[in-house]
Amino acid sequence: MAGKKLSIIVFSGTVDKLMPVGILASGAAASGYEVNLFFTFWGLNAISKNGMQAQPQVDKNYEQMGPMMMKRMMDMKFPMWHQMVREAKEVGEVKVYACSTTMEFFGLKKEDLADFVDDVVGVATFLDRAEGGTTLFI
Amino acid sequence: MSQEAKIAKTLDVKGMYCPGPVMETAKAIKQINVGEVLEVLATDPAAKPDIEAWARRTGHQILDIQQQGGVTRILVKRAK
Repeated sequence: MAGKKLSIIVFSGTVDKLMPVGILASGAAASGYEVNLFFTFWGLNAISKNGMQAQPQVDKNYEQMGPMMMKRMMDMKFPMWHQMVREAKEVGEVKVYACSTTMEFFGLKKEDLADFVDDVVGVATFLDRAEGGTTLFI
Repeated sequence: MSQEAKIAKTLDVKGMYCPGPVMETAKAIKQINVGEVLEVLATDPAAKPDIEAWARRTGHQILDIQQQGGVTRILVKRAK
């Protein structure tokens, strides 16, 4: 039972990819998995305070479906991905990491990031935390 | 079906979709005592397999699952 782990490298910053991150993280956390979320590149940009206030972006391939998707989500009262990350942290063992290199790249400091970020780390820390579990790149 | 258990708490997650029912079940089980029973009412078709999988992972015990029209009724006993 113990020792099950789900780690996700969150590379993408579009809402269609961030939604599965929120769903997987909260479902896993509720089921007793240890969860590690490593936000890097566009994913990191999405958890900056500015990024979270901005209009959610949809992948270019599905852009024309964006407004319909957002409307359906509202009709279904489906929570936004960052709400699910927050809920996941409340219900289970979830750590949110920010990639230090990307922060430098975008000129972001820890205080520019969402309050649910636990730590600023690099790849070695992520690999260490993820070892022995399932890792996804989204 | 198993003996009708005494229900300590009812969780109504009708209209919620994955991962809502599992999330709310995980929260609600903490609000009852060990040995008590939580009744979950859900309309999400994933609720049955998901709450079964959740129970296997977390060690809580499913006492009964019934389909009542469009509503799935699941009784979960808090095991620890």
